[in-house]
Amino acid sequence: MFPPFPNPPTTPTQARFGEGDLIRRSASSVTPPAQRQTEVAKLIDVSKCIGCKACQSACLEWNDLHEEVGVNVGVYDNPLDLTPASLTVMRFTEWVNPESQNLEWLIRKDGCMHCEDPGCLKACPAPGAIVQYSNGIVDFVHENCIGCGYCVKGCPFNIPRISKVDEKAYKCTLCSDRVAVGQGPACAKACPTQAIVFGTKEQMKSHADGRIKDLKSRGFANAGLYDPPGVGGTHVMYVLHHADKPEIYAGLPNNPRISPLVDLWKGVSRYAGFAAIGAFAVFSVLHSVVAGRSKVSEEDETNAKRLADHEGSNGSQERAST
Amino acid sequence: MRHDEVVKGDTLHPGDPVIIDRYSTTARFNHWMTAASLVLLALSGLALFHPALYFLTGLFGGGSNTRAIHPWIGVFLFFGYMGLFFRFWKVNLWTPTDGTWLSKLHVFLTGHEEDMPEVGRYNFAQKAVFWWMGILIMISIASGLAIWDQYFSTYTTVDQKRIAVLVHSMAAIVMICIVIVHVYGALWAKGTMTAMLKGRVTGGWAWRHHRKWLRELAADEKARPGTPPATPAE
Amino acid sequence: MTNSWTDIKNTDLVVVMGGNAAEAHPCGFKWVTEAKASRGAKLIVVDPRFTRTASVADFYAPIRQGSDIAFLLGVINYCIQNDKVQWEYTKAFTNAAYIVKEGFAYQDGLFTGYDESKRDYNRSTWDYEIGPDGYAVVDETLAHPRCVWNLLKQHVAIYTPELVERICGTPKDKFLTVARMISECASPTKTMTSMYALGWTQHSKGSQNIRAMAMLQLILGNIGVRGGGMNALRGHSNIQGLTDIGLMSNLIPGYLTIPTEREPTFDSYMSTRGFKPLRPDQMSYWQNYRKFFVSFQKAMWGDAATAANGFAYDWLPKLDVPAYDVLRAFELMHTGKMNGYFCQGFNPLLSFPNRRKITAALSKLKFLVVMDPLQTETARFWQNHGAHNDVDTASIQTEVIELPATCFAEDEGSLTNSGRWLQWHWAGGTPPGEAKHDAWIMAQIHLRLKELYRKEGGPVPEPILNLEWRYKDPDEPTPEELAKELNGYATDDITDPNDPTKVVLAKGKQVVSFAALRDDGKTASGCWIYSGCFNEAGNNMARRDTSDPDDTGAFLKWSWAWPVNRRILYNRASADVSGKPWDQSRKLLEWDGTKWTGYDVPDIAPNAKPEVVGPFIMNPEGVSRLFTRGMMRDGPFPAHYEPFESPVVNVVAPKVRGNPVARVFRNDMEQFGDAKEFPYAATSYRLTEHFHFWTKHSHVNAVLQPEFFVEISEELAKEKGIKRGGTVRVWSKRGSVTAKAVVTKRIKPLICDGKTVHIIGIPLHWGFMGAARKGFGPNSLTPYVGDANIETPEYKAFLVDIEPIAGPVA
Repeated sequence: MFPPFPNPPTTPTQARFGEGDLIRRSASSVTPPAQRQTEVAKLIDVSKCIGCKACQSACLEWNDLHEEVGVNVGVYDNPLDLTPASLTVMRFTEWVNPESQNLEWLIRKDGCMHCEDPGCLKACPAPGAIVQYSNGIVDFVHENCIGCGYCVKGCPFNIPRISKVDEKAYKCTLCSDRVAVGQGPACAKACPTQAIVFGTKEQMKSHADGRIKDLKSRGFANAGLYDPPGVGGTHVMYVLHHADKPEIYAGLPNNPRISPLVDLWKGVSRYAGFAAIGAFAVFSVLHSVVAGRSKVSEEDETNAKRLADHEGSNGSQERAST
Repeated sequence: MRHDEVVKGDTLHPGDPVIIDRYSTTARFNHWMTAASLVLLALSGLALFHPALYFLTGLFGGGSNTRAIHPWIGVFLFFGYMGLFFRFWKVNLWTPTDGTWLSKLHVFLTGHEEDMPEVGRYNFAQKAVFWWMGILIMISIASGLAIWDQYFSTYTTVDQKRIAVLVHSMAAIVMICIVIVHVYGALWAKGTMTAMLKGRVTGGWAWRHHRKWLRELAADEKARPGTPPATPAE
Repeated sequence: MTNSWTDIKNTDLVVVMGGNAAEAHPCGFKWVTEAKASRGAKLIVVDPRFTRTASVADFYAPIRQGSDIAFLLGVINYCIQNDKVQWEYTKAFTNAAYIVKEGFAYQDGLFTGYDESKRDYNRSTWDYEIGPDGYAVVDETLAHPRCVWNLLKQHVAIYTPELVERICGTPKDKFLTVARMISECASPTKTMTSMYALGWTQHSKGSQNIRAMAMLQLILGNIGVRGGGMNALRGHSNIQGLTDIGLMSNLIPGYLTIPTEREPTFDSYMSTRGFKPLRPDQMSYWQNYRKFFVSFQKAMWGDAATAANGFAYDWLPKLDVPAYDVLRAFELMHTGKMNGYFCQGFNPLLSFPNRRKITAALSKLKFLVVMDPLQTETARFWQNHGAHNDVDTASIQTEVIELPATCFAEDEGSLTNSGRWLQWHWAGGTPPGEAKHDAWIMAQIHLRLKELYRKEGGPVPEPILNLEWRYKDPDEPTPEELAKELNGYATDDITDPNDPTKVVLAKGKQVVSFAALRDDGKTASGCWIYSGCFNEAGNNMARRDTSDPDDTGAFLKWSWAWPVNRRILYNRASADVSGKPWDQSRKLLEWDGTKWTGYDVPDIAPNAKPEVVGPFIMNPEGVSRLFTRGMMRDGPFPAHYEPFESPVVNVVAPKVRGNPVARVFRNDMEQFGDAKEFPYAATSYRLTEHFHFWTKHSHVNAVLQPEFFVEISEELAKEKGIKRGGTVRVWSKRGSVTAKAVVTKRIKPLICDGKTVHIIGIPLHWGFMGAARKGFGPNSLTPYVGDANIETPEYKAFLVDIEPIAGPVA
């Protein structure tokens, strides 16, 4: 059994990380701390998950969120998708293993992956609306959020949701408030089977190794850890029975990375754009210097007057001939 | 009589100098509203395009307001441009002269307009601005709707939104470049600003830049005697 | 549970059948996950549906609901045929060698002695041959044709893998895989645990489902050992506690029985409760019955219960029928013979079968008192809620009185979990509004009744007037006071028998355990099995020490388990005949030459010699029973019977419908549907997102599973033109519901006896009150029939029809 976190102290506790521990800050630069905190991670062992949704309930409770009572659309997933209130949802997939012809009910807890290279943060135009702490937690700072939804486009996992109430972006915070006082996330605390565990990234990786060994002994030859390198690794990782096919788990991306479109948008396009604008401006200035202004001469006025006074009918003939 | 190059309200007032009403009050109002919305869109858009310009959100009352207002200005721009479009689309149609004009662009740029073919109400470059702005505004509106999450978030996929946001920003950049050319052109050709500020140009200006248009107006003037001369100043 | 939740981590194989532990018991299920992760244990799920438990199982086999006995007897047969029997255990610790009376037989689905008119058996031949010495005759060689072992072998012989497939619809290869995996646990160093719940109990032969697995566990040597056992996962946090203190209408606390009309005197009552050992030197612990019973009477009536008045025996009610179970109660209501009903923490309108009958019964009451923290549907049975409760309010004259009570988190006390642990808890909040603790409400009713009896008299006022009421604040007994009363105390100074001047327990002191209880009236104890929970050492239920020497999973210092803090029942059986553990790595107890030592409280006298005293001390035989004598109404062995509403006929005994002695009332018989009219096999169950009908009142839970649905296979959906998420109507002979359709690969049609059987799953959490969307429950459809022994209604197997209907586009 993974040792559970001891209960929190009842006295006020100093936060273990804060503003001084930022390594990234959206649309702005930060001075990274001299020493990076030990990276934390949440490990979701899909093979241990029983889909009880205790994590969903704990998330709603701890974060004091109000989700609407939905409808049943013929599946167990409820709510059907992430929302500004449901920062995590269970996704159920009925998958028939083509090798054994056995049904496998794959249940994956979806939510923010806390990428080491967060696409949301990269896309965010509002300074300080998205921050990354040196322990790896990617957090939204709502007073800085402008609700533009760029994070949604930046995220390779389609996680952030914009609230219709306050037009701010919401996603799992990895319970940064709990982690700051030495607790694990609420979902991990609530998980009855320890399918969700929390600790340092190294601890999680070695815990996952043990789990993968167990799964391989049970015939899951492709069991493995999902810590996708395309986004620099994540601070929420999965143990999958079929790590070679993450997409069968309700579309978990195989080799996710920040979309090249987003890279283009947030990278080259800026330089090219400003270069183009600058080029046009410079051209204009240079042109005016070199060519001077185009001025109407007295002669032009005279010609015009002559035309207006005398050449009206000729003009119309002329026009007809052109 | 055909009015290929003339729009309603274009009036030639003989005199010295010859004065021509080029833009009516409503046309000018329409233009400036469109121009203003373009400027505001550029400012608010650029604020969200690059962090270095984020301070521009201050003009709009902060980031959230900037995000909220920008698409509405876009809607405003759309109607503004539509106004201009229906007013001027005919005189912006392609004529064979435009080809000749384009082939002699270097002559034009070096300031030897007298060697250019006679053009009507608009030369090739102006028509290009007209059409390109039209196309780009349409692209911006379409891509803008796709990323206007407040109302339309559910109509597109995230991948489509990513394309949209890239297209939107690219279109905006091109528009800004065109606007630069447009504004520079207006400033470069002396007397042009008056057209859009006061609505009128001198005959000489028309002779130099839009002689074909002038000829047409002059012909109209002949056919319609008794037009009183315009008051030089309003 | 014979074992505890924490002990499950010690197992090698978990069989979840007749339950859905991951969904209905997610917190306890962590120990299964732990056994898998740390020990490499395997998990098998046998269920009509591919449940969330199956989603983490190593092997899943489908089964048609209501055919578990055939499956299990098939596994027993497999084990016998393949010599996968823990022989030493079976021979020494079960009644395999006991000779059964001549005349006992089983034929055409019936055991000897069936009387069709009474729907009951004369069970006189279902017993051992008793020798001239007064003891049961045994044949240690198992050669005697009438020894239990040979009878069992013969009884299960028909349940071949082929027959199992025919009855259960379980493909033969899948059955054989399960049988093989289970049979490996016949090794003394491999154990299997059985986790079951209402998937086994809610059948007309529910008790026999459980017996079948218990017998299998016995021949595999898995009872009394770490990681083994028969583990009933209880459906409420404290339903074990409620059972312990007399839930059954024919029981008083501690599994003592309420007298019947045939037992008019205390002596006549005790005459059949001698529990004389059936083999030499056996403990037969029930021989202490009188001590427990007298102590209970003293707890009830204190000084008024004296030896002279038979310890107030007359004040106990005497049953005229075997039991006043819920089915009978509502039958009486329905026939106008029961006019008032107190409904405490209970929602019968959604809980009992055949809702139409329940509504009709409640409508005939003069008064209904509902004590509940929530606004239950029962309290609003008279209110019209459209299709969801379509009643004619004006025609209902029942006076309904709602007494708002508190929920567990607002009260202090103990909850007894499935593993028999009495865990004390403290109030986390104060009652809202006018809500009052149940103890306060009960006290008020009692005190006012007592006052009325005092003033106005009435027939038999004594039980009320003399009821012991020694609480500091008579208006509201505290949970501690009640717990102390259950534990028991000395009503008089108790002296050392060898030295009468020495007081061993002064009057008013708490007894240390039930070993100190007496039959002379000097002790009182409300529930003998709880004795020890709150003794002079303090409130043992409140202990919170997590130490667990050698990680055995016993946690002896965490809370307190009945009996006497024992964590694994029959734990003496964890060691072989000589007292040496079967598996040293899983040692529980060991005979050190003079006494039993180990990690748990021995379930035997500490100095009882291993070769002499048998491990099953509650039984007069000292061993466990593969053949249960006449103690179960429907047979000494389990036999396959179809549910009363079955899609196929009983292939073993085509003439027998259902369990021949199941509880069924005449009128309800007419309301059984048949497979022609109702072709689909339905079953009901819980979902993990909800707890019964409580959590639909909680917004968060309502969000997680908002709307009533039924589950069907893709094949049936195609056949009936039902779309995923579409609306369907499901109806039985007794009622009709509308629901959303969850079309899933997790339910597959089964082939039973050559016929395709479609299964329809109907979860139970919706009603017309609360935060979730209004919906129906399966009890609108289920038949009014109960188990032969404990009357649990048959919710798990019934027949329905289904059709798509136009529904809201949502």
